[in-house]
Amino acid sequence: MRQFLRKHGWSYLFILPSMTTFTVFVLIPVLWAFVISFQRYSLARGGRWIDPFYANYIDAFTQLNSLFVRSIQNTLIYTIFTVTANIIVGLALASMIQPLSNRMRTFFRAAYYLPAVTSALVIGMTWAYIFNAQWGFANYLLRMIGLPPVRWLSNPDIALASVTLSAILTVPATAIVLYSAAMGSIPTEFYEAADLDGASGIQKWWNITVPLIKSTTLYLVVLYTIASFEVFERIYVMVPSGVGNATQTIVTQIYNNGFKDLNFGVASAQAFVLFLMVAAVAVIQFRFLRSDVEY
Amino acid sequence: MATTTTSMTTTGVSWPARLRRVNWGVWLVLAVTTVIALFPMYWLFVNALTPITSTPPLTPLLWPAFKLENIQRLLGGTKFYTQWMINSLFIAFVITAFHIVFDTMAGYAFAKRRFPLRNLLFGLVLSTLMIPIHVTLIPLYIITRSLGLIDNIWAVILPGTAQVFGIFLMRQYIQTLPSELEDAARIDGASEFGVFWNVILPLCRPAMAALAIFTFVRNWNDFLWPLIALNKPQNYTITVGVANLQGEFMTDWGIIFAGAALAALPMIIFFLAFQKYFLEGVRMGALKG
Repeated sequence: MRQFLRKHGWSYLFILPSMTTFTVFVLIPVLWAFVISFQRYSLARGGRWIDPFYANYIDAFTQLNSLFVRSIQNTLIYTIFTVTANIIVGLALASMIQPLSNRMRTFFRAAYYLPAVTSALVIGMTWAYIFNAQWGFANYLLRMIGLPPVRWLSNPDIALASVTLSAILTVPATAIVLYSAAMGSIPTEFYEAADLDGASGIQKWWNITVPLIKSTTLYLVVLYTIASFEVFERIYVMVPSGVGNATQTIVTQIYNNGFKDLNFGVASAQAFVLFLMVAAVAVIQFRFLRSDVEY
Repeated sequence: MATTTTSMTTTGVSWPARLRRVNWGVWLVLAVTTVIALFPMYWLFVNALTPITSTPPLTPLLWPAFKLENIQRLLGGTKFYTQWMINSLFIAFVITAFHIVFDTMAGYAFAKRRFPLRNLLFGLVLSTLMIPIHVTLIPLYIITRSLGLIDNIWAVILPGTAQVFGIFLMRQYIQTLPSELEDAARIDGASEFGVFWNVILPLCRPAMAALAIFTFVRNWNDFLWPLIALNKPQNYTITVGVANLQGEFMTDWGIIFAGAALAALPMIIFFLAFQKYFLEGVRMGALKG
């Protein structure tokens, strides 16, 4: 024992502080949440097992006229449009700043990144002002070209589209920085060889650049998909009322069930549905990465 | 031939020669997207710096009046705005300090030392990296409540010290450092802690800077857990406080604009001051946006 401690004591001492907080505030909560998802839990009486054991998962999908199903649909719609736009815009802008001088490239990267350092909450608030039906900038633009004003965030038919539009118009800073780095590390020989074959600029971009940054694209798709699955602040602050559940998402449902209705069991079950969706995306990523290009 | 060689060497980065000649269309796209990227934040500051006491003007302001009335009314009208700033600063600072010290230690142990259960423990850490924090919210609430910490800023700080990304980042970084330096120090009679402190720590500065920036920004901007854990206005973080301004000052938009703008200002200044480290941090995988 003494010899063991002399040999390994320092190693355990080095990891002790982080492992302690990790165990208490991550590991135990994750496992406990899984248990609670099969229980009826009240703060006064603790958890009690229920029958059938999966009842929370049934309730999660069926309660309130299957509101959770609609929330998943809303989340997926938001995700598909946001991720597609972020990848296309990120790739296009990174490609456009790549040929610039170092100084200009740094300037644009910084300009695009600046909004990303402020909180999702404040960004959501600024978009709520832009989409304000009365004095917002969006309706001002419509007025200028002679169109009637739109109730961007209070009309249930378009509130989700407005929130999604705000996410599309938020320039994808991480994508630009990572694409930029990936493009900078492509060996020059590839382009020189293509020059000898007389390839045009666009041909070289499509046949050399785009395939060689595939792993960055894949990483960004996963990153943005998971972030979109977990969208909350933007919704919470842009559409506080939820306009007839038109903008309920997975996380707003978890929040409402857990901390407004104190229905911990159902909220935990819904959180694990989110977990499964995120895990599925991660698994798909690893599948693709196995057949990845090397250069 | 001569033209292609010069065009290849001007920036050191290879790029198709035809795309190198940037035309006005590209500049136009870059200019328009820069305006779209920065406009929401700019407009927020324009409104915050123009005296507005009720509904903002129907023709949107595009240039600030550079008057501080809204901010004065914000600081005079809300009892706790500066307290929210102090709370957020304290929370982000303590969490960052914890991670810089202890994630570096843990990252070093996982990267360089051999001990029983090492792979199992690191595997556990790694496997939780992708779990949405929303899974843990309810047990976290029960745990912090039983610790008597609900409505106390330590309810935000303690779970914040458990974010595992830093352990992963520091391990990746320390793995790339050569082991010869440690061995040499050991032969010279350095203690195990001395090896860490005098040999490893000085080499970790770039990764520690990225981790510090990432942790600070993330926790300053954090919203959902503080919203759940803090109830009394004097205990709010800046994000929770600002989110509640709209309920408190329904129609006094000047105060709301000023509150949101001031909440964003510290991170904007922070970014402009440490821009290089931020973008380096994104490349190391530390920052999202």
